[in-house]
Amino acid sequence: MTEKEQALLIDFGSTYTKLTAVDLGRAEVIGTAKAPTTVQEDIMIGLENAMRRLKEDYGVDPGRCGRRIACSSAAGGLKMVAVGLVPDLTAEAAKRAALGAGARVLSVLSYELTREEIERMEALKPDIVLLAGGTDGGNRDVILANAGRLAQSSLNVPMVVAGNKNAADAVKDVLIEAGKDVRITGNVMPELGKLNVEPARVTIRSVFMERIVAAKGLKRAENFVEGVVMPTPAAVLAAAELIAKGVPGEPGLGELMIIDIGGATTDVHSVATGDPTKPGVTPKGLPEPYAKRTVEGDLGMRYSALSLVEAAGVERVAKGIGQAGQAGLGGRKGLEDLEGREGLDEERIRSIAQDLNRHTDKVPVTEEEYQIDTGLGYVATEMAVERHVGYLETVYTPFGASYLQYGKDLTKLECVIGTGGVVIYGRNPRLVLQGALFDQAKPDLLKPITPKFFLDAKYILSAVGLLAEIAPATALRVMKRYLAEI
Amino acid sequence: MEQKTIVLGVIGADVHAVGNKILEQAFREAGFKVVNLGVLVSQEEFISAAIETAAEVIAVSSLYGHGEIDCRGLRDKCRESGLNNILLYVGGYLVVGKQDWKETEKKFKDMGFDRVYPPGTLPQEAITDLRRDLGLEAGA
Ligand code: B12
Repeated sequence: MTEKEQALLIDFGSTYTKLTAVDLGRAEVIGTAKAPTTVQEDIMIGLENAMRRLKEDYGVDPGRCGRRIACSSAAGGLKMVAVGLVPDLTAEAAKRAALGAGARVLSVLSYELTREEIERMEALKPDIVLLAGGTDGGNRDVILANAGRLAQSSLNVPMVVAGNKNAADAVKDVLIEAGKDVRITGNVMPELGKLNVEPARVTIRSVFMERIVAAKGLKRAENFVEGVVMPTPAAVLAAAELIAKGVPGEPGLGELMIIDIGGATTDVHSVATGDPTKPGVTPKGLPEPYAKRTVEGDLGMRYSALSLVEAAGVERVAKGIGQAGQAGLGGRKGLEDLEGREGLDEERIRSIAQDLNRHTDKVPVTEEEYQIDTGLGYVATEMAVERHVGYLETVYTPFGASYLQYGKDLTKLECVIGTGGVVIYGRNPRLVLQGALFDQAKPDLLKPITPKFFLDAKYILSAVGLLAEIAPATALRVMKRYLAEI
Repeated sequence: MEQKTIVLGVIGADVHAVGNKILEQAFREAGFKVVNLGVLVSQEEFISAAIETAAEVIAVSSLYGHGEIDCRGLRDKCRESGLNNILLYVGGYLVVGKQDWKETEKKFKDMGFDRVYPPGTLPQEAITDLRRDLGLEAGA
């Protein structure tokens, strides 16, 4: 007998296969388990290991869960290259569409592609190419030329075309002629300054289900689950939208931000209009997607620890770690003298980062290690949110100042949710998340001023995004139950 | 007939918004596709917009007296960006105070503008010129 009332939500992650079992009637998590992902050999081995644990630890029989769906970021995640015309316009729009679909964007290219750029694309081995360029009725030459170059390339991956609709037929013909898999979808920028990422997002997702899942060796899992329906980051973004908007009869939390600090990247999702909150400010640049995702590939706790230090600078990292010490995480051993910044010299910081970069599965044990993780997490959050939010530019005229706003104004945002190991299993998640706060020293960066902080305490955001596919109201209730204010 | 596209905006740090709205309305009613960038528009924004939309014309307004500085180099940047045949129009209150119009006009033409309009120009005048310059005149 299967339990219709139980759902098994599976996340095939890059390192772990994570399971969340939910009792749909009671909107309760009845078990979670994980085991290393085994995409190289056979994806089912890791899944079965995790399922065995779920049964042993919680008495939940995965085989009896009536609904079983999965998301995946295994085998490198969904890798994409985005191509547009002008860097700030259709190329940026294409990048946002790809990010919104949960992709890892390997490269963003603009104008006519050069031979060297095509070669670079071939070497990057993306799973999908997103080709945009021109508003509807606008420039056709460049997207057509780029279709021609892609047609001649050795890239044999699905190409999603989301550019000038008046060039779409010609682009399709050129690519089909060359034997490519082509999907035409709505223009990411049908009119100048109008962002339209939804059709591309939907198309990318269906390509993911049809082709990428199999290409990544996940096909066997589909015998057991109803489907591997989206990349993991898309599930997190779906959860963010659900929590913000709510469902009929069950209100959401309103505009919010989710910060996901991982080993390799730090992702920031905001679900908010980001309209100016101060009078006399003129919005500029591309309009922002209501649900926006940014990914910082150089900011992370392990793989990207070195690049984090590179990007932030030793000084900033030392300050972060020192601050974590003052907040009560000061190690009695080793980092004793590191209450402030003293002792955290350049050499020490670099060797810490080097060590984390080499031991990517390292879990903090000592007080000192907790302090380091908290400090790095703080800096990663600070920088990722700085890059995510909008900023004000002051234009001085002889007659006074005018203000331009690029990106989202999130100063009034009330809700910041943290996820990822360093906040969930760390000692001071609040301090890590405080990196998201408005900084008086950088008043032009429109970060949240007085938000409340919440923790994804059970690590279920992606599971909730998946569950939203089949039972949105239940998914919302589950999420609300396990969100812990800190 | 295919619609011709005009990119419109008020250049530099200029916030005079009323004339811009009137021009947008008038050009649209005359059958053009108008991409209005509003106020506080940089040269780069005019150019990027013209590239993506394959516009035939960039129509620049400047009211606050700094037109000359703000407009300098626009033609060169268009050429540099591959917009070889684009028409450049400019109007508003192009210079501070009352200067000789002929001189002002020459200055802007030398900068590469195809049409230069004095204060108080009515949109209709520009529409007539647009039709002529774009070969849209009846019988043409
Ligand atoms: C309202 C106004 C303001 C308002 C603007 C409010 C807003 N957000 O729109 C405020 C108070 C903010 C303002 C500020 C300033 N203003 Co003022 N302002 C005016 C005023 C009174 C009316 C402008 C207007 O809306 N006209 C109505 C519209 C329909 O006409 P228009 O803008 O001229 O546009 C038409 C034509 O010119 C033409 N046109 C315009 N552009 C183009 C382009 C092309 C290609 C074509 C074909 C035609 C065309 O078609 C339009 C539609 O018919 C004028 C004086 C006047 N009576 O014109 C001064 C005026 C433009 N301002 C002036 C000045 C100096 C300023 C300030 C510098 C003053 C100050 N010291 O603070 C600041 C500058 C601020 C800034 N950074 O831009 C001067 C400019 C002088 C000059 N260039 O030599 C003027 C002429 C007043 C004056 N006589 O001194 N101003």
